[in-house]
Amino acid sequence: MLLEEKIWDTLLRNKRSRLERASHITSSKIVHHDDVVRLFEAVIESGDKICVEGNNQKHADFLSEQLTLVDPKKINGLHIVQSNIALSTHLDIFEKGIAKKLDFCYSGEQGVRLGRLIKENIVEVGAIHTYLELYSRYFVDLTPRVSIIAAQSADKYGNVYTGFNTEDTPPIVEATAFKNGLVIVQVNELVDEVPRIDIPSDWISFVVKAPRTHYIEPIFTRDPALITEVQILMAMMVIKGIYEPYGINRLNHGIGFDTAAIELILPTYAESLGLRGKICEYMSVNPCPTLIPAIESGFIKNIHCAGSELGMEGYITARPDIFFNGPDGSMRSNRAFCQLAGHYADLFIGSTLQIDVEGNSSTATLNRIAGFGGAPNFGSDSRARRHSSKAWLMAGRESMRPEDATMPRGRKLVVQIVETFKEKMQPTFVERLDAWQLMDDFKLDLPPVMVYGDDITHLVTEEGIAHLHKCKNLLEREQAIRGVAGYTPVGLARNKNQVESLIARGIIQRPQELGVDPRMATRNLLAARSIKDLVNWSDGLYKPPKRFRNW
Amino acid sequence: MELLNYEFGPWDVVAARKNTSAIIVGVVGSGNLEILLESAELGGRTKVCIETSVKGFSNTWEAVLRDFSDQQKFANTVITINDGGATPAVVQLRLMQAAQQWKERHEN
Amino acid sequence: MKIESVIGIRESTARERVLAILDSETFTEYLPPAARVFSPHLKSLGLPVSFDDGIVIGEGSIAGQKIFIAAQEPGFMGGAVGEVHGAKLTGLLERAALKKPAAVVLLFDTGGVRLHEANAGLIAISEIQRAMFNARKAGVPLIVVSAGANGVYGGIGIISRCCDYIVITEEGRLSVSGPEVIESQKGVEEFDARDRALVWRTMGGKHRYLIGEAQMFVNDSVEDVRNALVQYFNKPIPINIDSVMEEHQRLGERLSQYGKAEDALDIWRDMGITNPEDIPSLDFEAFMKIANQVRKNG
Repeated sequence: MLLEEKIWDTLLRNKRSRLERASHITSSKIVHHDDVVRLFEAVIESGDKICVEGNNQKHADFLSEQLTLVDPKKINGLHIVQSNIALSTHLDIFEKGIAKKLDFCYSGEQGVRLGRLIKENIVEVGAIHTYLELYSRYFVDLTPRVSIIAAQSADKYGNVYTGFNTEDTPPIVEATAFKNGLVIVQVNELVDEVPRIDIPSDWISFVVKAPRTHYIEPIFTRDPALITEVQILMAMMVIKGIYEPYGINRLNHGIGFDTAAIELILPTYAESLGLRGKICEYMSVNPCPTLIPAIESGFIKNIHCAGSELGMEGYITARPDIFFNGPDGSMRSNRAFCQLAGHYADLFIGSTLQIDVEGNSSTATLNRIAGFGGAPNFGSDSRARRHSSKAWLMAGRESMRPEDATMPRGRKLVVQIVETFKEKMQPTFVERLDAWQLMDDFKLDLPPVMVYGDDITHLVTEEGIAHLHKCKNLLEREQAIRGVAGYTPVGLARNKNQVESLIARGIIQRPQELGVDPRMATRNLLAARSIKDLVNWSDGLYKPPKRFRNW
Repeated sequence: MELLNYEFGPWDVVAARKNTSAIIVGVVGSGNLEILLESAELGGRTKVCIETSVKGFSNTWEAVLRDFSDQQKFANTVITINDGGATPAVVQLRLMQAAQQWKERHEN
Repeated sequence: MKIESVIGIRESTARERVLAILDSETFTEYLPPAARVFSPHLKSLGLPVSFDDGIVIGEGSIAGQKIFIAAQEPGFMGGAVGEVHGAKLTGLLERAALKKPAAVVLLFDTGGVRLHEANAGLIAISEIQRAMFNARKAGVPLIVVSAGANGVYGGIGIISRCCDYIVITEEGRLSVSGPEVIESQKGVEEFDARDRALVWRTMGGKHRYLIGEAQMFVNDSVEDVRNALVQYFNKPIPINIDSVMEEHQRLGERLSQYGKAEDALDIWRDMGITNPEDIPSLDFEAFMKIANQVRKNG
């Protein structure tokens, strides 16, 4: 029986024909910005999987804009596989009929519009992922055929420098380039020689010098002037009640004012407890300016970053022992590796919008499809972990297991830190998460939960710390949660006797049990109380963006 | 605006007060509040009067103030509050600051 | 860097500022919160009142000398002037004309008039102005301190420049129209309110000191502010037709010299400052060295 001759290099042949179609637009890799729409119409094909970089901070904004201008009769049905839907142009391509399907991680500001487009069937969502899940699928079934990325500079051969904001780019380009895909990069400048080669020219198909520098949003800067006494009180409890006893030395801080408060009382409160050199030496986190005092006073030894932060470039370059700086002196961030490091760290701590009585937490709000970003990856137990540390073994020993289980395990500390009420007297604690409603409204497979009640070990509110991992069963866990839910309806519905018993057993620790004096929780405890203070701590190396100046 | 009134106690009246001047803590801003403490002849009770821009939380206020009163037992004291939507966390913090100053002022 | 625990103006509430600046145990508050003299207008707007209507007034001593003092509360309605707030200030200044303290210290921290009280607020400004001039005529020096986060704007900005002296910090600001108002009236190309470096170059403490709007530039420390204030006690600047004409002359010359400048950097360059773009980042000593040289020459 004759079998039809099977062709095994269809992708390579297809790539060559795309490049052939582009040959009349450019003879080298450099494409003029006026020719981008024609380039896209030549090298993109309908139904392609496309990544339009779409990172947390950095965006290929010019190329994303140009993509909205292609003729939908020529290019349509694109399948977008990118981590962040942040710009309006990211969704314009759907409304114009250029793109149809979407696999992503986080949509932040575009969440309401995305929700509407999904309901109107203009966007068809494959799935909402965490960062590592999506990066992994680039190597499985969501490999981009064309990746459109952003970088700082390129030379005439196409060697590319991604610099401080390398972020998500490495897995994107590796998956694309090594499956005979096309990589098109917009750069801020063309140079004779790049400071270092972050992407070799072999991996790059086309380079476009954009007419404007690509915009980067300073999303990791928290002004110390806005930190409240309540946040400082909770920060003191975290250090005294968790970091100290467990010896937390490898950790990730989710971005927020609560964690900024912790960072800013390390040189003062944690120092007074003699904890320098014992906690917080290794962090997987973005280079938040509020880390500066803790770095300068010798608390933090090493920081690996998922992205960068505007204004921190000079400071980072001057601290190569702390950050991951290349041979050229400038940093290279890497979200995939940072997520990986954070997954296997001893502790994650972050905030959330809603928590139910099982301890499930969600940032989902009605009518908004926002996704998860990286939080679930940090905020979960790492069950594949095998190497031990003091914190991991201690939390493991303390954790309740099914009755007949004999095998001891370690456990990652997953901490949720919230005030019992948000602004406008909205309770954080609810009997039922909005996520359930969202699941119904958008016909999702599961309610969008950020951190599961099974994974959370500690819950911190202004009332105290609940050690949820020590609870025998769901009923106990529920009372432990109600016991720190303060005056919210969830909190007021507590069983007073059971909560008293949990306090006696040390499962709930209030400031008095922790030895934390709330009268000490004043802004005087902050090592820096303003952006200007942070600049002074850095000896002028930190140059805050203009919106943060008051001098 | 919502006006709320509560009374707690009566508590045992401790030794005669030395200094009966009022104290004030806090600032009336968004998410913040000011608390005025004054002496008055109330047969040992604590009287609380709140004017708040966020309506519908009288249960919450009562719970917070009852816990505070049970703990401090401030006899013959009027507590007047102008509230700009502070959460119980902030209310408790200011009450604690007010209580500390009141005790310093009156029990020396 | 050492962690300094310096008590500053900017971070404190109005009452804390007053108590920190005065000699201890010397403060007597006029119309304290317990007197419950507050705004009659806010309730109908669904807004909470403050028992002192956002301004603390009274008398006390600094370095043993009797002074009157007012401090606007930046956290209540942005320190803005309403009917009662304004009346308290007016009353304080009228009393100063009678009692003649060594000075009236005015810790302003305000966006100007409280729009919620519109006409009452505007009338209050004019009444404050009249009382202020009467106090000056009576020979009482009026010293404004601008060190707060709201700056000193609107009608209070105008009033401040009619006082004898202004003491300002780096974070302090002094002007009439606020940055957002200028941007919305003239467009973002003319003035980008989010470019806070520009805002401070235009209205902030260092520029105000360099160009002569403020007599004294200090670090935001209570100690330094007290020392700055003391030197002006009992030293009113005479206000008569001659001194007013002199000031007009001076302002006219300043306008013809710097009127064409597009940015404070141009003015600083014209003043003979070699690296004007460095001015905002200079520390206190370095700035004062350059500034005092320039002010001496100017």
